[in-house]
Amino acid sequence: MLDGEQGPSAAAAMKILVAFSNAVGAHGLLDVSGAHIDGCLYHGKAGLDFVERLVEGGGRVLVSTTLNVGSFDLIHPGMVKMAAAEEVPARRLMKAHLELGCQATFTCAPYQTRFRPSFGQQIAWGESNAIVFANSVIGARTNRYGDFIDLCCAMTGRAPAWGLHLSENRRGRILFELAVADPEPSDSLFVGVGLIIGQASGDRVPVITGLPQPRDEDQLKALGAAAATTGAVALFHAVGITPEAGTLDDAFQGMPPEETIRISRADIDHALARLSGVADGAPLSAVSLGTPHFSHEEWARLLPMLREVAPGRGIPIYVNTGRATLTRLQEEGALDGMEAFGLIPVADTCTYVTAILERLDGVVMTNSGKWAHYAPGNIGVTVAFAEMRDCIRSAAVGHVVRSVL
Amino acid sequence: MTMPVETEVVERSGTFQLAGTAEGQALVFSQPLSFWGGVDAESGDIIDHSHPGLSQNVAGKILVMPSGRGSSSSSSVLAEAIRRGMAPTGILIERPDPILAVGAIVAEFLYGISMPLVVCDIAGIVSGERIFIGVDEDGKAIVRFVDAAVAEGAAVQ
Repeated sequence: MLDGEQGPSAAAAMKILVAFSNAVGAHGLLDVSGAHIDGCLYHGKAGLDFVERLVEGGGRVLVSTTLNVGSFDLIHPGMVKMAAAEEVPARRLMKAHLELGCQATFTCAPYQTRFRPSFGQQIAWGESNAIVFANSVIGARTNRYGDFIDLCCAMTGRAPAWGLHLSENRRGRILFELAVADPEPSDSLFVGVGLIIGQASGDRVPVITGLPQPRDEDQLKALGAAAATTGAVALFHAVGITPEAGTLDDAFQGMPPEETIRISRADIDHALARLSGVADGAPLSAVSLGTPHFSHEEWARLLPMLREVAPGRGIPIYVNTGRATLTRLQEEGALDGMEAFGLIPVADTCTYVTAILERLDGVVMTNSGKWAHYAPGNIGVTVAFAEMRDCIRSAAVGHVVRSVL
Repeated sequence: MTMPVETEVVERSGTFQLAGTAEGQALVFSQPLSFWGGVDAESGDIIDHSHPGLSQNVAGKILVMPSGRGSSSSSSVLAEAIRRGMAPTGILIERPDPILAVGAIVAEFLYGISMPLVVCDIAGIVSGERIFIGVDEDGKAIVRFVDAAVAEGAAVQ
């Protein structure tokens, strides 16, 4: 491949991959059977030039490859407001990836699509929440790939044989004991635990005990996304819950933890309080849900709640979701009439990476730890974090109301 | 290459993460600098408020630091800085760095601009020294240092 027998694009991808592999001290390359590319957000000309060059060289991805969000909602034209000078290359970046044979998923939750990997599968994924979900909840194997390298893995079907691709590096090294008696499996509990393990783990694989059985995998999605927001967590084990942690001993592969940290109710409350910049009663300008992208199950919880609470003040309720999920909902007729409650589905992108929100003054409420963390810096809004039901109740009354978290 | 008086020149060998030749003034940091969030690719200015190099400029310098740091987005920022001619002309680090390597390799692939990235001992190097990066017959990196005063003298000769 390096000699160019499979074309100049494959040769370039392999050359970059080999250099990367040497730099991380891997002893060779291994086969991967899937990739997820976080390359569709436009950050400058070099990123686009790279993809264009691979297209010109006749490049094609060799494995099943999904795409992360881009700068546009291609399903809802006009939703994203951007200067023409930036719009042209940003749109081209999304299209150029398709010309390489990537799938038009444009979602940060590729694990919700038909390209979801299986237990033990070797993959090369970008996007921090997707990486931690694939490793932890599914038991697939990926390192934290990013700029250029995720695409080089997809173009070659190979990845460096190091890190979390190898069993011995997947063992737990730091133990978090959730010391909360009979905890309610609320969404905010999972977010709070995620925020804390992210902050304290460093590059060590965290193991959690005492976590209640989650209602569904979306709660583990929220935990992982939060941990990958406050830290660099790529894999966590929750004893009795995640697939490589049947027992504490399994999670640590028979070794003792290097450190043990106790998480109290107060620690969780403190971590969650830091996500909110305002007190209850502050006027609300919007709600943003679905970071990471809302699953079909989350929609199935939200839609009856909207009908029941019936917010009617015209406060927009943005919900980021994958286009495949959106199509399914539309086919089911599930969204019919929901715009009356302020519902605005957003596909292919996310409300905190591009210009979608109509109003940036006032407060935006979210149930996402990740959105709450990044949105103030990215788009300059003030955020209030709350459970989903409180977000919808607040939209109905026009100001922030929260039950006790 | 005109070399000043032999006794003033120190030479050490290193390993290339990306091969090439370069020369420039050393800009030395004991603390790693992340290109993403740390360097403005349009100007080469250091913009990381927590870094001692804040408001200095990396363009045209030989950047010397123990290692790389931070997000993989640094690969893109380094590649973009190289494209704009606002990157260092070479980087010396003590530990191999995958993120800087990827940025430098991609920039060479796209724009034919080589910014050598060398893993070598950086002890004793001070900012302002003139540094030359060359390639020996075995493909290893050769790094030559001339202290600022001598380099100045060599320049006027």
